[in-house]
Amino acid sequence: MARIIVVTSGKGGVGKTTTSAAIAMGLAKKGHKTAVIDFDVGLRNLDLIMGCERRVIYDFINVINGEASLNQALIRDKNCNQLYILPASQTRDKDALSQEGVGKVLEELGKDFQYIICDSPAGIEKGAQLAMYYADDAFVVTNPEVSSVRDSDRMLGILSSKSRRAETNQEPIKEYLLLTRYSPERVKLKEMLSVDDVQEILSLHLLGVIPESKSVLNASNSGLPVILDEKSDAGQAYMDVVARYLGEECPHRFIDEKKGLFGKLFGSR
Amino acid sequence: MSTDPRQLHGAAALEIKTSTFSVPTLQLASNDLEAIGQQLRQTVEKAPDFFIHSAVVLDVQALNNKHLPIDLKKLCRLVRDAGMFPIGIRGGNEEQNSLALKLAIPNYSTHHPVVAEPTKTKAVPPKQALGSIPSVKLLTLPVRSGQRIYAEGDLIVMAPVSAGAEVIAEGNIHIYSSLRGRALAGVPDNTEARIFCSDLQAELISIAGNYQISSNFTAPKGKPVQIYLQDQSLIIKDI
Repeated sequence: MARIIVVTSGKGGVGKTTTSAAIAMGLAKKGHKTAVIDFDVGLRNLDLIMGCERRVIYDFINVINGEASLNQALIRDKNCNQLYILPASQTRDKDALSQEGVGKVLEELGKDFQYIICDSPAGIEKGAQLAMYYADDAFVVTNPEVSSVRDSDRMLGILSSKSRRAETNQEPIKEYLLLTRYSPERVKLKEMLSVDDVQEILSLHLLGVIPESKSVLNASNSGLPVILDEKSDAGQAYMDVVARYLGEECPHRFIDEKKGLFGKLFGSR
Repeated sequence: MSTDPRQLHGAAALEIKTSTFSVPTLQLASNDLEAIGQQLRQTVEKAPDFFIHSAVVLDVQALNNKHLPIDLKKLCRLVRDAGMFPIGIRGGNEEQNSLALKLAIPNYSTHHPVVAEPTKTKAVPPKQALGSIPSVKLLTLPVRSGQRIYAEGDLIVMAPVSAGAEVIAEGNIHIYSSLRGRALAGVPDNTEARIFCSDLQAELISIAGNYQISSNFTAPKGKPVQIYLQDQSLIIKDI
């Protein structure tokens, strides 16, 4: 059986799709057969971030409605043959999703994939609820600012009460915190919440901190998941996240301010 | 076996901890033992993995409401024959409860533990039967923003209560962590109820309908406090 991971946040624009693309690529690169599903019906983005927008023929809704088979709709990634993308429909809305339909697609995918990443839309409405309903693990993507933290907190409440695992009294969804767009410099200036502040409010297992980085925007523009940019700090941070998720010990990086040559020489704080 | 006392110093031989379990309850609607036995067997046959060797709580409240007597001893035998183990009785009258104790079956109160509906109940709390244990609701996971927890008795939370969350109890509220949301104890009119918490950063606190919002009270951050009602006003005091 595949492990189903939902990437969610409540708030929009915090980096869910970037994270979904990076995590999916990371897991696939480690040799795990992985599928990533765009649940943002009507606001399709994942195909752009993954650079496969020209290859979309059939989508998730077509599969749910039985208009196409799963194999017809799945797009194999051009950089990694272990990774498949199931794009959202751009012409429909979230009402086209149904709990049974999503369940059927996930069950079929589960037969020959090891990991299924569900890229949740923003909000706490139908699309987001269906994205997390069947999940085994949840990556809660949060920016270090109060409104994002509160929305994540709300989403955590929904994860613990409205999922299949909650409704059938199984072991609850495993929740992980992913702090994105983190800037140690701005934390120092008190313009941003620190890792500790966020941890204190959410009391959640920290899977990783992704630094604010130009490489993320560059990666999106070029349609390559940022994790493939091995030189970039954000790419390395996502690699750490995947390693930690797979159970490897990996110290947290990018939490403290970068020291310039001058700082290193004189050990200034 | 060695009984070297030095070995005992390291680790205690036992520890008693509270855990919550979900146990099926057998809600009886009829006192016809033959029908019960037959239906039990059928149910168990359908999902043997689930029911065989499972613990079960006998709920006789509906029977007692209809004044239908039931032979507890025979009922227990039926349940055991079906492969399950009765571990408690709920909603029994005094006679049934004492009989159950003789059969080594503990009594449970009839309060339902989960109320997640976003509506405030204005109903008067049911009077507790003499001798029954007052219901206590224990939460070990954080109460998240947007969640509303209602306890018919006391409420104990061993994790943070987030901003935007609401914890409501007819009895006292104990929070062994930060309280950042709202806490309403003693609803609707129990003026003796108190709120205890180890770090008060609440949006709102209320006892028996007397409330204060955070801008109107100051509390030392990170210090355990208790809140109680005195002459219609809320008193916040260090513990």
